[in-house]
This record gives sequence, structure tokens and C-alpha cells, in this order.
Amino acid sequence: MSREQEYVLRTVEERGVRLIRLWFTDVLGQLKSVAISPAELDAVFDEGVQFDGTAIDGFSRVHESDVLARPDATTFELLPWAKADEPSGRMFCNIENLDGTAFEGDPRQILQRNLQLARGHGYTFFAAPEAEFFYFESGDPASGRPTPLDRASYFDLTTSDVSSDLRKTTIHMLEAMGIPVEYSFHEDSPSQHEIDLRYTEALDMADNIMTLRLVVKKIAMDRGCYATFMPKPLNGVQGSGMHTHLSLFEGEQNVFHDPDDEYGLSATGRQFTAGVLHHAREITAVTNQLVNSYKRFAEKSEAPPFVAWARNNRSALVRVPVRKAGKPESARIEYRGLDGATNPYLAFSLILAAGLRGITERYDLPTEINVNLFEMNDHQRREIGIEPLPRSLDEALDIMEESKLARDTLGEHVFEWFLRNKRTEWAEFQAQVTPFELDRYLSTW
Amino acid sequence: MDPLLVFPSPAPPELAQALDLGGWAWKAAADLDQARSEQPPDGWVGALIVAGNEPDDAFRLCRSIRSGDVHVGSVLLLIGGGRLASLDFREDLFDDFCLYPFHPVELEARLKHLFRRTGQAERAEIIEYGPLGMNLETYQAAIEGKPLDLTYMEYELLRFLAQHPGKVFTRETLLSRVWGYDYYGGARTVDVHVRRLRSKLGEEHANLIQTVRSVGYSFGTSRWV
Repeated sequence: MSREQEYVLRTVEERGVRLIRLWFTDVLGQLKSVAISPAELDAVFDEGVQFDGTAIDGFSRVHESDVLARPDATTFELLPWAKADEPSGRMFCNIENLDGTAFEGDPRQILQRNLQLARGHGYTFFAAPEAEFFYFESGDPASGRPTPLDRASYFDLTTSDVSSDLRKTTIHMLEAMGIPVEYSFHEDSPSQHEIDLRYTEALDMADNIMTLRLVVKKIAMDRGCYATFMPKPLNGVQGSGMHTHLSLFEGEQNVFHDPDDEYGLSATGRQFTAGVLHHAREITAVTNQLVNSYKRFAEKSEAPPFVAWARNNRSALVRVPVRKAGKPESARIEYRGLDGATNPYLAFSLILAAGLRGITERYDLPTEINVNLFEMNDHQRREIGIEPLPRSLDEALDIMEESKLARDTLGEHVFEWFLRNKRTEWAEFQAQVTPFELDRYLSTW
Repeated sequence: MDPLLVFPSPAPPELAQALDLGGWAWKAAADLDQARSEQPPDGWVGALIVAGNEPDDAFRLCRSIRSGDVHVGSVLLLIGGGRLASLDFREDLFDDFCLYPFHPVELEARLKHLFRRTGQAERAEIIEYGPLGMNLETYQAAIEGKPLDLTYMEYELLRFLAQHPGKVFTRETLLSRVWGYDYYGGARTVDVHVRRLRSKLGEEHANLIQTVRSVGYSFGTSRWV
């Protein structure tokens, strides 16, 4: 038994914890949970919890259906919303095969494996997401167009509205769970909010994102409303993304930093950025995995659909933030394609792999693009060498299917399953007659 | 926990400071009688005996310890460099010795060596600092009596800092002492955990851990500054 496990056992005993939730994430990025009683914990640390994975997305296999959930004791947190007389805790799990090897469908271990590869180069990967989401009166599709809780806009300070209160409670909960929040504010669209998490190492951050989604939804539900990370829930206003700030460290050193460079970016930083751009189209099916994700890109706002980078250009996929002087450790790039419906373990794996490929293959960084790409047509953009991101899930899947980088990074099992699952999603969508079609065609044809 | 016996009384200030900063519990005694009258129920786990300018008193006390007049676990003798010859044929009177004046790091190493190894003494099992209380036996921490929900590494970091109030640690030192050298995350990890700890301490108490610009972190203030 490790010291960490001993610590958890002791805490469970001292605090009278009644229930321990074991969390893991399926391939599509949905949080799953199995609860155990404290009496089982000792044995679970030793042996794991065996369960049938068949019904979990991405966990089913031909030969063996049972897998083991092994809790990671370093992630133990008491749930701040549990009743005082019924303390509960949670731990994230790794999923193993019965023979003790890593289960190839476990996103958390896919990220661990990729972080290990980065460590082989001496790098630690840090991420800081800006999570956007909407509050609505209801999450029931049957109630029609979702109704926002407020009509405020970007940075508005609203005094009496419910949603600011929801956001405040959410932040307290996150902080209590050791998830520091850097900023939070009202976003551009009605009832749209943003919570920016303070950077941490990518595995912790992926865990934190899973926790954040749950906490945001839970607090909303407690107040009788609904929170959603759906990328584009409303027509005519911007959708929700998850711009994410990325950096690599070698020990204490931020390896993206070079004070003498025009952009403050080191050769490594340039190569990483070049890698991310070069492979962006291949990984978009994962970073933006819903049919709906591509509606966000169509809004011409903070969702940049063009493979380009710049310091200040909201139509570019990657931003290299201009930094305050004397903060070398804050050198970073911002990947602006991601949305909040992604599986963060898989998305971080792919972005990291793309960036590392840029470093190992010494990719050249294309020139900075300072024109508004939204105002150009395809032909003009092509002339300056700018490609669009895939315009639909269908196109994204086609491109991903050809990507050796995506296949190697995700592993055969997840790569194949993901493509199969998403092809089905697309086919089902294609078979639907949408309100748009009825509105436009029924009376005219 | 049971304190260490220190001779003479009052203890030399630099010794008192080093023991306090190292988190050792101790009590000074002026002579054998006092050492006996203040002896804890299970005896003293150890003694630090300073053989100063008049080493005879110190050796006498050592001898009384060896003959069982007062029950003491291990004896660490502190002796001036000029008097090392007086140790000849007195090797039976002490378990280890340290040059006096001592270097705090050496003293700390010898204390740990003697008392950790024999398992006779451990650090104080309760840490109390202002609103913060930590029970090292049960791994629990509380602020103003309200339990803190910490992960293992947050707990270890807080424990380490709280055991050394006022002392400034670099990120590297914290990383190597709290996480161990082989931890891959780099010194950034320390910043991340300090920030997490602060958020759990709550706004009101977040400043228990101070950022020392371009150096590292410190906890509270030392009673020695």
C-alpha cells in the first residue's frame, strides 16, 4: 500500500466518509462513476473494481468484456456538496484489463502515455482552459429553443441575476476541490459564462475539466436550471468554446520563452506551434467531436476556422499572446479551436502529439497572419496558403481517418471505435429533416 | 510526543532556536534533580548534553544517565573542538557527539540519525500555528477547528511548511523535500500546489503561505525573527 493510499484510508476513517465515488471517462468524454463503501476501499486499492465495460462507450471489445477500475489515490477529494452527515469522496480511476495491463480504451491512460512520451524529451505539458457554457431554464429538448436566464453580454456586471450567483457558487466549489479559478465573467451571449482555470499539468487539468463540467451542471440543477457545454445551442449568437493555453516546461524553464524573439517564442515554441497547425485538421474530429461543433465555427466569432496563427487576430486558430515583460514563465500559445464537448484526455493527447511532432521534425512556423480571414474568400485564403478547418464532422472524420499521427496517438482501439461511432452519428444526422429545411422548403416546393 | 532533555538550563539560545526550527519538542534541565523531577512517565526519549567550558557537569549527568538514575534513550553530546581529547575513554557515556558550536544542518542530521533510526522519538505529532492545527498521527488538518479537505500532496506540503514557520524555501527545495527528487513535474508543480492549498485555506487564511518574490515560499512567521 502506497503512502497516498494510506492517507486516503486514514482520511476516510477520520472524516467518517460514507461513500466513495470512483470516476472515469468514456471515449466520448462522458464522466462515469461507480460508488463503493469505505469498507471496500482497502480491497479496492489492492484489487481494483471489476465491472462489465460492454455498455460503456468505447469500452466494448470482441473477446473480453470485463475491466478493472483502479482508483488513483492522489486524486482523492471530498465532495464539497455532500451533506454534512454523509461525507463523500471521489477519485479518478485508471482502467485496466484483468491481466493488469492498461486498458487500451481508457482515455486517461492514453493521455498518461502521451505525457510520458513528452517526458522522454524532458518536457512537462501544462494547460489552462477557458471553459464557456450557457445557463438555460431547461435542458429538455422538448421545451423548444432553450431560454437563457439573462440578456447580459461580455463582461457585464449583473447585480441581481441568478446566473452570476450560480457562477459564484460554482467557483467556491471548484476552489474547495483544489481547482483554482483564474478569472470568471459573463461572456458575449445571453446567459453565457466563462470560467478560466489556472494552468496545471495536463493530466490534472483533464481531470479538472471533467470535475468542472460536473460542478457547473450540478450547481445549476440544484437551483432548478440547466447548464450546457453544447458548442452551439442558440442561433445567431456565438457558441461555447474552450480556448486552451498551452506551454511546455523543462524543469523550471518555460521552453517556449525567448526574450530576443520578435514574438517572444523560442525555436522550440515555434516548432511546437507549427506542429499544432500542421496537424490541426487531422485532430479536429476529436477536438470538435459533435455535429453541432461545426455550427460554432460557422459563426465567425471567437471560433476561428482557419489554420493560421497570430498575436492579435481572432480569425486565426492559434494565438501567441503578447506578454507582460518580465514574465518568462508565462510564455504560451492559445489553441482556440477546442470546444467544451471534447474529451479533454484525448484532445490534449492529440494537441501534444502534434506539437511534439513539430519539435522532433523541426517544422517551420508559417508567417503570422494579420488580415481578417473571415473577410476573404476561399480562393484568396488559398493564395496566401491558409487552409480551413474541416467544415463538418463528416469532413473532419475523413481527414482523421488518413492521419497516422491520430492513429498512433490514440491507439488502434480508440481510433477505430471513435471513427465508427462518429460515422454513425453523422449518418443519423444526415437522415434527419431539420427545422431549417421545413421552414425554407415546405411552402416553396 | 515526549520531549528531548536538554542540558544545561537555560539552553544556549542557538540550540533552542535550532530545535524549535527543526520542530523538535524539548525541555531544559539544570541538573540531575531537575531532569528526574521533570522526567516524562515513560522517561526521556533522548538527551542533548552540552559540554561547555565546564564539561565535568555534563559528563557527570551522562554518567547518571548511564547508571539509570534518570531514564534517557539516546544521548547526543555537544562538545567544543578543543575538548575532543576529553572524550577518550568516555565513549560509553554518549551515543553520538556533535562539535559545539554546531552547524544547524549537522545537528539536525545527527538528531534525525539518532532518533529516527531508533524510532524512539518522532517529531511533534500536533502542529499548531495560529488558526491552523495539524494532527500528524491521523493526517488531519483544520483551520479554526474546521477540517481542511486536502489531497495527500497538499497535506504533505502544508505539513512541511508548517513545521518550519518563517523559513523561506525555494521551489526546488520544496520539490525535493516534499515530492522527492525523481518527481517529473518540475518546480511549476510547487506553484500549482501552493495555489491549490491557498484556495482550500480560504481567502481569509490564504496568506499563511507567502510568496517570496523570485525566491519561493514561506509559512507564517518564525518566533525567531
